[in-house]
Order: sequence, then C-alpha cells, then structure tokens
Amino acid sequence: MVDQFLWVIFPYICIAVFVVGHILRYRTDKFHWTAKSSEFIEKKQLVIGSLLFHLGIIPVILGHISGLGIPKEWMRAVGVNDHMYHLGAIWIGGFFGLVTLLGMFILTFRRFSIKAVRKLSSASDMIVNTLLLMIVFMGMYATVVTNAVNPAFDYRDTISVWFRDLFLLRPDPSYMMGVPVSFQIHILAAFLIFALWPFTRLVHVWSAPLSYVGRSYILYRRHKVN
Amino acid sequence: MKIKAQIAMVMNLDKCIGCHTCSVTCKTTWTNRKGAEYMWFNNVETKPGIGYPKRWEDQEVYKGGWQLRNGNLELKSGNRLSKVALGKIFYNPDMPEMRDFYEPWTYNYDHLVTAGEGEHPPVARAYSAVTGEKMDLEWGSNWEDDLAGADVTGPLDPNIQKIEEEIKFNFEKSFMVYLPRLCEHCLNPSCVASCPAGAIYKRDEDGIVLVDQEACRSWRYCTTGCPYKKVYFNWQTNKAEKCTFCFPRIEEGLPTVCSETCTGRIRYLGVLLYDADRVLEAASTPDEKDLYRAQCDLFMDPHDPEVIAQARRDGITEDWIEAAQNSPVYKLAIEHQLAFPLHPEYRTLPMVWYVPPLSPIMNYFEGKDSIKNPDMIFPAIEEMRTPVQYLANMLTAGDTETVKGSLQRMAMMRQYMRALSSGREFDESRLERVGLTALQTEEMYRLLAIAKYDDRFVIPTSHKENRMNTYDMQGSAGFGGDTMGLGAMGTGGAGCDGCGPASPGAGTETKTGKEIYEENFYGGIWRD
Repeated sequence: MVDQFLWVIFPYICIAVFVVGHILRYRTDKFHWTAKSSEFIEKKQLVIGSLLFHLGIIPVILGHISGLGIPKEWMRAVGVNDHMYHLGAIWIGGFFGLVTLLGMFILTFRRFSIKAVRKLSSASDMIVNTLLLMIVFMGMYATVVTNAVNPAFDYRDTISVWFRDLFLLRPDPSYMMGVPVSFQIHILAAFLIFALWPFTRLVHVWSAPLSYVGRSYILYRRHKVN
Repeated sequence: MKIKAQIAMVMNLDKCIGCHTCSVTCKTTWTNRKGAEYMWFNNVETKPGIGYPKRWEDQEVYKGGWQLRNGNLELKSGNRLSKVALGKIFYNPDMPEMRDFYEPWTYNYDHLVTAGEGEHPPVARAYSAVTGEKMDLEWGSNWEDDLAGADVTGPLDPNIQKIEEEIKFNFEKSFMVYLPRLCEHCLNPSCVASCPAGAIYKRDEDGIVLVDQEACRSWRYCTTGCPYKKVYFNWQTNKAEKCTFCFPRIEEGLPTVCSETCTGRIRYLGVLLYDADRVLEAASTPDEKDLYRAQCDLFMDPHDPEVIAQARRDGITEDWIEAAQNSPVYKLAIEHQLAFPLHPEYRTLPMVWYVPPLSPIMNYFEGKDSIKNPDMIFPAIEEMRTPVQYLANMLTAGDTETVKGSLQRMAMMRQYMRALSSGREFDESRLERVGLTALQTEEMYRLLAIAKYDDRFVIPTSHKENRMNTYDMQGSAGFGGDTMGLGAMGTGGAGCDGCGPASPGAGTETKTGKEIYEENFYGGIWRD
C-alpha cells in the first residue's frame, strides 16, 4: 500500500501539479515569473556558486535523460556496452555532479549566511535551495557511495524501467522494491521539487532566452489596432 | 526613407539651478515604492563629480553602450551569442551592484516621539531599507551635491580624466555644472538590444522606451547595456525599471512631471521626425566626433514638402507633423544648433539633449569691471571658468569647436538683447559672424529666456482612437493592464505603499472632493 503510494500515486500527483501549475502560473502571474537574481545585492559568492551550479546541472540533466530515458538494449545496439556506460556514468556523471553539488552548496550557504540576501529571500527560495542541495547530495551519494558498496545493483534494470513505465501509463511499483534507500530518497525528493517547481523561481528555466541569438537588436512595438 | 516621430527633450543647462525639484517630483510620482527607493529615474548631478552610480561614465568598467568592432556596431558588453553561450546569463560580470548606487535607508522617526526622558534629546538613526539593520551612511544619491567632496571625487570624474592639462581642484579655480539626467530614450537603445527576453522596447508612435514588466525575466543585461545607467533593478520585484517619459501624460499632450515642475523652466519637449532606415548607419559613424553631426542628419526638416509627404505615407498624422514644425526641440537642436546629445560616443543616439552652460562668462562683458571691447567674446569663451574641453567631453565626444559655436551664439544673443533693451547701438553684422540673424536671435531669446509654457512644450496627443474604442475605455486607462496592451510599468502585485496620498475615505464611505479638501487642506497646510 505504501509502495503503491510512493511509486505510483505520489509521482502522478507531482506530474499533474507540475503541468497544471505551470499553466495556471503563466496565465495569472507573469509579473513574478523571473530568475529572481540577487546579483544586485551580492556578487562575489554568486559568481562561483551560480556558474558551478548552472554549468554542472546542464550535463547532469542530459545524463539523467540518457540513463533514465534510453533502455539498456538501445544503448547496446548503438555500441555502448554496460562497462562503457558505467564508466561514463561514474566518471563524467560524477564530475559534473560534484561541480553541481559544490555550486549548490555555495549558493545555499550564501543564501542563508549573507544577511541582505537572506532578508530578500522568500520561504520558497529557502526551500528550493535546501531541497536542491539535498537532492544533489543524495544523487552524488547514490552514484559514488552506493555504487561502490553495492556494485551488483543496476538502476537501469529497475529505476529506469519503472520511470519509463510511469510515462507509458503502466506503473509498476515492484521495480522499486529492492532499490537502495539513497536512490529512493533522491527520487522522491526530486518528484517533490517537480511539484513545487511551478510555484517557485525555478520557472525561469523555461524562459531560457535561446531566441535572443537570432533576434534583431532593436525592437519596436506598435499598439494593437482593434 | 522611413520616417518615425519621437518626443524628445532639450535641457538648457545655462538656467539649471540644481534645485532637484525634477528629481523629487519624479520620485514621488514613480519610484516611491519598496525596491525602488534607490532609483532616481531623474537625478541631478553636480559636475565635475563621479555621479550616480559611481563613475557611470567609465564604460571600460561598466561596458555600457555600443562600440565599433571591425567597422560593425556591437554591444560593448559582448554580442548576443557570447551572452547566452559564455555563461554570462548565470552571472553578469559587468552588472552594477547596489553599492555602486547606494544602499537605501530610512530613519527610526518613531524614536523621536516615543523615547523616554533622558539627558539628551532623542536622535533618529539611519536603518537600511534592505536589511533593516542600523547603518552608517557613507554614500547616497546626492553625496557630491554642489561640489561636496569634489577635491576627492572630482579628479575621478572620467570627463576630467580625459582632459590633458591638469585641472586643479582648489577653491579659486573651482567650477561646476548641474547635469539633470534621465533616460535618453535613444534612437539606438543598447538596453533594448541587451534584453534577451525582448522585454524592453521602443514605442513605434513616440519613441518612448519602456520595460514590459510581465516579460522581464530578471536577466539583468539591460542594466549593463545602458551606458547612462538609467535602467534600474528593483531588488524587491527582481524586474528592471526605468524612466517612462511619463507616457500617460505625454499621451494626453502634457509634459513629463520633471519638465512640468522645473522651476528654472529649463526643459523643452517636442517632436522630432527622424529617418528610421538610417539609424544603424548613423550609429556606426567611424569617428566618434562625427556622431553628433550624423545624428543631426537623421532629423528631417518638418517644413520640407518631400519630408511631409513621406511622413504622411509612413502614417504620421497631421497634428504630429504640425507639432514637429513647431517643435522647440527641433529649433534648439537643429535650427539654432545650441543643444547637444549627452555622450554621443556611446553610440546610442540619445534623444535628451543639452544646451551647454554659459555662466558666469557674462561677467566679462557686463557690470563694473567688464571688458569694453565687445569682440573679446571669442577669446573670453576660451577663458571660461568651466573648461570648454570639459563640456565637449560630455556633449560632443571631445569636439570643442561645436560646443564653442553654441556658447558664442548664446553670448552674442545676450549682448544683442542687452543692447536692444538698453537702447544701445549694436552692429548686426556681428550676429552674422556666429551665423545668426536679428530675427533668429530674438526667437532664440524668446525660447531660452522668456521660455513660455506653450513654447517649451509642444506635445501632440496620442491617437488612441485608431486602436481602441475610447468610449468603452472611459475611466479605465490606467497604467499597464489590458487597456495599454503593454503591461508597462505595472506595479500589480508588488504592492504600492506610498503611491501618493491615500484617499481618506477609501474603502469606508464615499466623500465628495469638497469634503476631502476641507478635511485635509487646512489653512494652506496639508494635514495627514
């Protein structure tokens, strides 16, 4: 029963909140839809923390997509055998994970320790920071420690299958039964942050200004004619 | 040719007395809000000085405006690709910080009336508006007012540093100029070009540059991009804000608040017609000393029949064309060539221009110990207390000749009018030597010295009837929201404590205007 809730009901609730929340937020609250930069208040720690975190998290996300989204068999079919995958996941994933963790640690430390930044932080900023730090830490712990202690465990046979099945609408909690606790915590916390996402500063991710590169510099706006 | 119209401003620095009325009325209208305390959409600086934010004119540090790279115009802070690709989006290395402006503060006024009995009278202490902590005041928006501390800050003024000869900051040699500053509503705005979200834009109909508050995503490049440092970051809403040129007033044909309330009557507002097709070309002029002329060439003669015909084809209405013909800005900038753009070398083609200050040169010609020879006017301007080179560094990228021309015309105008009003002889051929006619000189005099309200402000109303049903919109055209289709400057959601006096009866009972007036306006004094 608990398993049914943790690995089926809870993820679906989070996904639903994520989708509906974004639509509602975008339609009703564009004014607060920002990256909430605090660079104006504090710069010295931000430069290290923000750069490390953001440059780390992008490869980490790509890694998660390949690990969770692409079945083992497909990988093998294109010539990536399990050993190669493992090396990549541990070393490349571990490296960028460490970069992300370090960045997130600095950002969180900065948010709590610098008075002006703390004063300007909302509860949601604090929660996002803490939760992200925890998620990244657990992810690193699972990758480095759990993998070393329990080398027989392969998340691509369990977590990845369960994850893909969620989206194929045939959820099966049994895949998650024997999964080490470190992975379980990482996953549940991650789903939680997806549920919080639309209501926090994290929405800035969807505003990444990629179209700027090809845009004309000067913009004129004309009133819409009735 | 594609003709667009813009409402532009000229300020006559010769008459600015540095009273800060413009700054205060602007602040109470626009930035009297949390997160905006430090913002002065309009501020008045005493030059020489480092200004607000500190040393804003040093683009080697702030990286504002444009520069030519291999003949091509490029943002000084880096091109579009570099901003997205180099991780500057995660950390903007050139962004000004709060400490470059100042940390806003308030006082614990309560203490003055609640303090217990003590040996000394109670004192109000400064508290940071950001952290709420007690703070020691070390810098503020007008720290250098009237040359306060100019022996320290004056030598750090970038305009001073560009002068080759040594400037002594001792009392006998001191000089000063007031410089009121607001957003320049540039023809080639680098803030617009810097915004990755496309939230900043130039209005097609009147050239006013605005920030769409609902589209701003807090990427902060605009604060770097503007070389005048006139786009501010609201630390409460995390959005960019800037001078709106009081567009709700301009649309109704009213002058901006800073212009309306200027006690010295130094500000002029009017329409300029410009060729939008040649803006980039003008901004790319190779020699920065030619930028002033290049910008002048963009402005079209509103009396030229061909220009009028093209303006009509480009959708400019008759009343706007007529306003352009009567524009005091066109007269001061183009016909009389008295006004100059502030720092044309930033290549943004600013649209707030300045008539350089002449005072106190006239002491040479008038009063007890005056020079009797009227031809001494030319060497006298060289000897002016405010170095011409200093003015040129601010207004013409260092070209002293054009600034001198303007000063000479103004000095000649004064001599001519003095002669006229005191019935003395005046050889009118002297006017020709500075390119003036008697009629033109009198017109200049009327515009500069008499400066009637209707001569200073020639502002056509906007044509809302072309785009909205004005009948339906009665009483609903506030700022932002759907009526404008812009959401510009909307403070929605940010709260607006202190946005002007609250109506005393609000929310409880309805009172007539007369009742409110009688309750509040008592013996000529407002009661709270």
